[in-house]
Amino acid sequence: MSSSSVQPIVQLYEVPGNDFTRAGEASSKVKGILKKLGYDPDAIRRVSIAMYEGEINMVIHANGGIARVEIFPDRVEILLSDQGPGIADVEKAMEEGYSTAPDEVRALGFGAGMGLPNMKKCCDEFRIDTAIGKGTDVYMIIRVRGSKS
Amino acid sequence: MKLREIVELLDAQVLCGDDMDLEIQTACGTDMMSDALAFIEDQGMLLTGLINPQSVRTAEMLDMRCICFVRGKVPGDDVVELARQRGIAVLTTRYRMFSACGKLYQAGLRGGDC
Repeated sequence: MSSSSVQPIVQLYEVPGNDFTRAGEASSKVKGILKKLGYDPDAIRRVSIAMYEGEINMVIHANGGIARVEIFPDRVEILLSDQGPGIADVEKAMEEGYSTAPDEVRALGFGAGMGLPNMKKCCDEFRIDTAIGKGTDVYMIIRVRGSKS
Repeated sequence: MKLREIVELLDAQVLCGDDMDLEIQTACGTDMMSDALAFIEDQGMLLTGLINPQSVRTAEMLDMRCICFVRGKVPGDDVVELARQRGIAVLTTRYRMFSACGKLYQAGLRGGDC
């Protein structure tokens, strides 16, 4: 089946800034939808982890943002968009272990510098568009490798 | 290993979770959710000292079935409720991380990486 003609299920979420306790709500909802639709567990897991890490990043670094999720039969496309400070050195930010998160974030269990590399690892396509002082867009595609591909 | 055995081995208090016959195959222990999300695959149980809601969210994203809080830590009711909604059993044990993991390992539970 050609997926290009298929209309995706589109979900839009606001990721609230400065509310660490609510980070992950959008990812949880997307995970629930994919489960109900019967998507391949491996794809669901990769979508969940990538989007959750992205949500955490938006809360920690950018005072929240918007998550737009498009669910196609053969893939899930996620756009995480924020109006935060931007990423000064994307190459550096993609290195495992590099983090600019403050110590209080590490006390919350994050900020080990694994977020962006792990997001990329989960995705089939991964792109960051960022501008200092304007914000960051993270664009991710996760393809279903299981029975629905 | 059944959840019942884990509760006994860790002398744990069950904060939520009714199915004591729940089968747990593997476990991991960390306070860093970043590491759990990056390195852990197919683990049934998370041992952690981190009692904020993100411990439950992380377990949820990784399809874990049980969280055990170590060092006698008890999360807030909101955290327990979140876990209950997600079908994740929650335990708390007075043992520290190393001892809690050691007791489970000694009894046959493995980390999935060896």
